[in-house]
Amino acid sequence: MNIGKLNDIPVLGSRVVQTERGEIAIFRTSDDAIFAIANNCPHKEGPLADGIIHGHKVTCPLHNWQINLENGEAIAPDQGCAESFKIEVDTDGNLLLNI
Amino acid sequence: MKEKLVCIGNGMAGIRTIEEILKLDPEYYDITVFGSESYGNYNRILLSPVLSGEKIIEDIILNDKQWYQDNNITLHTGHTVVSIDRYKRQIHTNKGITVNYDRLLLATGSNPFIIPVPGHTLPEVISFRNIQDVHTMLDISHQGKNAVVIGGGLLGLEAANGLMQQGMQVTVVHLLDTLMEQQLDKVAAVLLQTSLEERGLKFMMEAETASILGEDHVTGVSFKDGTEIPADLVVMAVGIRPNIDLAQEAGLYCEKGIVVSDTLQTYDPRIYAVGECVQHRNKLYGLVAPLFEQAKVCANHLANLGYARYEGSVTSTKLKVTGIDLFSAGDFHGGQDADELIFQDPSQGIYKKVVVEDNRIKGTVLYGDTVDGAWYFQLMRDEVDISNQRNKLLFGQAHLGDSGHAEAQRVTLMSDDTEICGCNGVCKGDIVNAIIKENLFTLDEVRSHTKASSSCGSCTALVEQLLAFTLGSDYSDSPKKKPLCGCTEYTHADVQRVIKEQHLTSIKSVMHFMNWNKPDGCHVCRPALNYYLICKWPEEFQDDPQSRFINERIHANIQKDGTYSIVPRIWGGVTSPKELHTIASIAEKFAIPTIKFTGGQRLDLLGIKKHDLPAVWKDLSDAGLVSGHAYGKALRTVKTCVGSEWCRFGTQNSTEMGIKLEKLAWGSWTPHKFKLAVSGCPRNCSEATIKDFGVIAVESGWELHIGGNGGIKVRVTDLLCKVTTQEEVLEYCGAFIQLYREDAHYLERTAPWVERVGLPYIQEMMVEDADNRKRLNERFLVSQKYAQIDPWKERAEGVAKHEFTSLHGEAQ
Repeated sequence: MNIGKLNDIPVLGSRVVQTERGEIAIFRTSDDAIFAIANNCPHKEGPLADGIIHGHKVTCPLHNWQINLENGEAIAPDQGCAESFKIEVDTDGNLLLNI
Repeated sequence: MKEKLVCIGNGMAGIRTIEEILKLDPEYYDITVFGSESYGNYNRILLSPVLSGEKIIEDIILNDKQWYQDNNITLHTGHTVVSIDRYKRQIHTNKGITVNYDRLLLATGSNPFIIPVPGHTLPEVISFRNIQDVHTMLDISHQGKNAVVIGGGLLGLEAANGLMQQGMQVTVVHLLDTLMEQQLDKVAAVLLQTSLEERGLKFMMEAETASILGEDHVTGVSFKDGTEIPADLVVMAVGIRPNIDLAQEAGLYCEKGIVVSDTLQTYDPRIYAVGECVQHRNKLYGLVAPLFEQAKVCANHLANLGYARYEGSVTSTKLKVTGIDLFSAGDFHGGQDADELIFQDPSQGIYKKVVVEDNRIKGTVLYGDTVDGAWYFQLMRDEVDISNQRNKLLFGQAHLGDSGHAEAQRVTLMSDDTEICGCNGVCKGDIVNAIIKENLFTLDEVRSHTKASSSCGSCTALVEQLLAFTLGSDYSDSPKKKPLCGCTEYTHADVQRVIKEQHLTSIKSVMHFMNWNKPDGCHVCRPALNYYLICKWPEEFQDDPQSRFINERIHANIQKDGTYSIVPRIWGGVTSPKELHTIASIAEKFAIPTIKFTGGQRLDLLGIKKHDLPAVWKDLSDAGLVSGHAYGKALRTVKTCVGSEWCRFGTQNSTEMGIKLEKLAWGSWTPHKFKLAVSGCPRNCSEATIKDFGVIAVESGWELHIGGNGGIKVRVTDLLCKVTTQEEVLEYCGAFIQLYREDAHYLERTAPWVERVGLPYIQEMMVEDADNRKRLNERFLVSQKYAQIDPWKERAEGVAKHEFTSLHGEAQ
């Protein structure tokens, strides 16, 4: 589904989109890569979209777990995984989410 | 093709370096390791518990053979490297192997010193250094009766204790008249000796060994004064010598050890050295913590990052004999200009000595009660001015204020299910197991594996004690300079200074100028940098929302379920029917589930959905209510009592004063949250003496108190000074907040800041120096021009709309 434009999301920022698969967080990193992860931290369901983004990682705002945006996995020694989804940007800057 | 790295030495220092390299760049090198012993890398500092039977060998293996395979490391155990050909860049072993290298790492460790008295080559004369020694000791202890340990230092006493646990009669022979003279003063040494004697150890002090008796096997030891004692085993623990033979033969410059630079490089730039074989700035190290610090720096250079520097380590010592509490650090003898602060309670077996010079701790010896060892060590390393806590210092950190846990802080006596970290529910057993099973050595490692001490931090001292207690004599904390975070080696103070001196005005430029090792930094450094820039350049710096924690980014407090709470500002805690009507009708309109009074006399509205926030703020803002900043590292509330307006005891109008202070200071960003209170008389109903800035009215004016805290650790304020007029209160308050804003580290409350810099410094800056006080206050007022813009009103009008709205998906 088309969920908007790349520029709807600030660099190092995140927005959420409501889908039938639940709330999904869309992240834009400093190298302009885009990632889509379920908006629930595997630890205590914290809203990952509200975290601070650095590199290809986000730090959950509730208890500072770090999640790898590329696959949703928690960074060791924490263990757990948030579901990740395919997303791409087309030539017009549209964000196409595949769920 | 990958470069070839050869590591000579399969011990803790060499392997730790390789682990650090693998963390930084696992693909950089082809790695080969040579070790003389036939085991994988094991934790040498835990040999004592193996000897005393508290642990088995398998417990102390750090890297098993599988680890080497998993990381594609070629391991040759039982090989001794006999020569290095630096010209051809090759090494040769005693089993005829030749290996080429691009980089060579020497981690050859040290050898125990064996006194060359007659009989020293008999099979039962050993040192206490490796697994083989422990095997020999355990074998003999099952047959023989008498053991003699030569050397009453740390290692000797641990060996003696272990042999005694195995059922032997043990005599410790020491050349000097006091035990552990490197670590203990005379008083503590006597206490230790008495306690060990009570456990059954025998001592021969000031005794010089003449020879070891016996034809094929040891039968006894004779001394210079002619006495002889029977022995089936002799353990020599009289010191170690760095193992530098190989390096010397290769022509590398050595003195007592292999001489290395701050990058752990030898005089041959292709050859690095770490660990006990190394001499750095004229110092040799035998403890684990310094070796690990070296390993980290060395790996940084071997992995071609090239920015870390090793500047030496400060170390502390703890004896690994179960049931004996002993801690020592620094220069505990003290020089001519030093004072010795001493606490002694003979019947309880407690002795504490802290050596102080120029109001700074130079060293400490603790016996019987070592709870505060880590704290003294920290004060010593950080060179904290202790003048205002000098009279309480010996009673320990707990005495300075805690939540009443002081008596329960003896970690050795705690059961495994005692909760250590109340925030994360981590028990003693969990922490000890993680330290052993996951091979943890530092506070940070324990934090990341167990979460203990990673939230509020009030149990940090307990966790440090558990580390010390579990790892024993070799535990020592992080390096002296604590970097701001993992993205840099610079400290908070370095960053603050550089931002000022170089006039850096953006987060990117600070990271670039100071060589940050990650382009975006992390969730620790970005908020800190954002704060330092806002504080230093209020007129120039553009706040970076993406570097703010969510609460400060959207100006509300995130709750456990992802909803938010908000606290409207109610000036001085004085409200009106109109304000209360407004709040009540907004709560009804938006079905806000909970309204609660806060500790700071305000109303907290909890459970608001994020997308409702701007509409809630619109209604509040229309009624004249602004943000209370309950979510920020910022000025929170001014708590007041009713004062002279109503109270029969009130001496001044405390509510009016409180409202004026809140109007002055609201909106300002501070290193950590900042709370005020004004009391109308010394009965102090607004609890001003546990606030960051507390004002207490007296008949003749106002007392100003600073640095109080009612949170994790209660701290009562220090009296800053007394003033007469309301205008003075405002000026002093502005100046104090500004001094704190400019001087403290990000996330440092005023209480620890005041303890770190000392009350005299603050008085000098803003009480004695009236001009400086005026300048501080002026800078505060300038920055307030940019800070006192209500963020709620802005957002009600559409600022940062994307924070509060979802994207809209449309199926294609």
